[in-house]
Amino acid sequence: MTLFLHQLRTEQRLYWRSREAAVFTFVFPLLLFVLLGSVYSGRIYGVPASQALLAALLAYGCAMTAFAGLAITLVIRREQSLLKRLRSTPLPPWTFVAALLGSTLIVFALETVALFLLGRAVFGTPFPDRVGSLALLVVIGGLCFAALGVGLSGLVRSAEGSSAVVNLIVLPMAFVSGAFGPTQHYPRFLRAIGDVLPLRYLVDLANAVYLHQHAIWSKPGAIGALAAWGAAGLLVAVRRFRWEPRTAG
Amino acid sequence: MSAIEVVGLRKAYGSLEAVRGIDFAIEEGEVFGLLGPNGAGKTTTVEILEGYRTRDGGEVRVLGHDPERPGPDFRQRIGVVLQASTLWPNLTVRETHAVFAGYYARPRDVDEVVELVGLADKAGARVKELSGGQKRRLDLGVALVGDPDLVFLDEPTTGFDPAARRAAWQMIRSLRSLGKTVLLTTHYLDEAEQLADRVAVLRQGRVVRVGTPRELTTGDLAVEIRYRRDGEDVVVRTAEPTRVLNELTAGALARGEELDGLEVRRPTLEEVYLDLVKEEEAQPA
Repeated sequence: MTLFLHQLRTEQRLYWRSREAAVFTFVFPLLLFVLLGSVYSGRIYGVPASQALLAALLAYGCAMTAFAGLAITLVIRREQSLLKRLRSTPLPPWTFVAALLGSTLIVFALETVALFLLGRAVFGTPFPDRVGSLALLVVIGGLCFAALGVGLSGLVRSAEGSSAVVNLIVLPMAFVSGAFGPTQHYPRFLRAIGDVLPLRYLVDLANAVYLHQHAIWSKPGAIGALAAWGAAGLLVAVRRFRWEPRTAG
Repeated sequence: MSAIEVVGLRKAYGSLEAVRGIDFAIEEGEVFGLLGPNGAGKTTTVEILEGYRTRDGGEVRVLGHDPERPGPDFRQRIGVVLQASTLWPNLTVRETHAVFAGYYARPRDVDEVVELVGLADKAGARVKELSGGQKRRLDLGVALVGDPDLVFLDEPTTGFDPAARRAAWQMIRSLRSLGKTVLLTTHYLDEAEQLADRVAVLRQGRVVRVGTPRELTTGDLAVEIRYRRDGEDVVVRTAEPTRVLNELTAGALARGEELDGLEVRRPTLEEVYLDLVKEEEAQPA
């Protein structure tokens, strides 16, 4: 337990020290929220546009902090032999993985809090009623996308390519999944693609919990879809995760 | 008791036999060098001992453990400097040492280790601000902070300028005075000569010679006799210099000749090494 807390503290320090990662994954969703919130007006889904955008960008924040940030960090650490170096220490592998996931959830939880504070300050959006369901959403979404992030890191070969690959996945996925705003006017085929992707279901959950004050269990289909994607990510992660660089020998 | 025992170690990557039956033993407190050209099997051997790779055959004991199935204290007792690795760029030197110290049950004092590897004046500097030589000292520092009994150093000075190499050598010598067992790989002869109590020369996955650096230079080709005949250099290597020299000079005297540039000397470790490694090219790969 002491070792877990030691590693959790280390991971937190590493995340906030790395300006590039923190700005890219933590600040970017907040920035987009302010920009999109200033552009959209009127009502979406029967609520003020800024409120609907907050729910959408909450899902985007999950994709950025848990999925994109984690995948890039892991690829870089693996290719620089940092994971290999850690492997020779007494730190147990599962303690390392648990601390990494814990740290990722903390970052996503803080991102969620920041979105609500920012929304309140800039657009006057209300705080959520369903705090318990929202906390569950953070855990379910965070774990699903973290599993996918670890899985993706196993498929990316080089550190140089990692942020390009991750962006190529996250940006289109966020667009078709409604994480940048509602998709009801999109062409049918784009919406069909979105219906397959996990982020769409996290947007659904955020809408249900924050916009419509439903308990998270009112959307078992969305939870199931996220669990299925998370399990697929976990499967790839277990099969493809490596402690040693892929590029050097 | 031996810190490391290796008997008949074998390892192949596909059809490439990287290690083809290696034997050696390293005593506690000894600084042992694995010397050989690139591709001789040094890193493969070390990574099997560190527990990174499985072996195809042979027996290995490291501090009494089988590194493939190590007991819980194995990683507490080893320190590893990889051939190439980067630590977190945004932590300071002191923080990096403290992170690693936290992984061990009985770590050394962090500031003491930072001092030992000569980074005291850089303790508050971010890792990304360090020079190449300073980063290598940081690698050594985090390998020592857990107070290991056995330290693996894989090519610790490759790519260093001469001054940085001298500084690194000084530090590795200080490990001996701490009573650590050290396994060092290098393709620099002078490094092995300067640091190692004993050296194993590896060629194509086999140990071709084991001994102290001095013993290596007193083998079969112990003495070299050189002279010039008809404007060409003649080199004779022999274990019986007295007899050979006597025959040579007797012959010259009988013919009334002078042996131009006659010289008798002991070959340097470098010459012995190059000789050992040269045979490699004569064999089919």
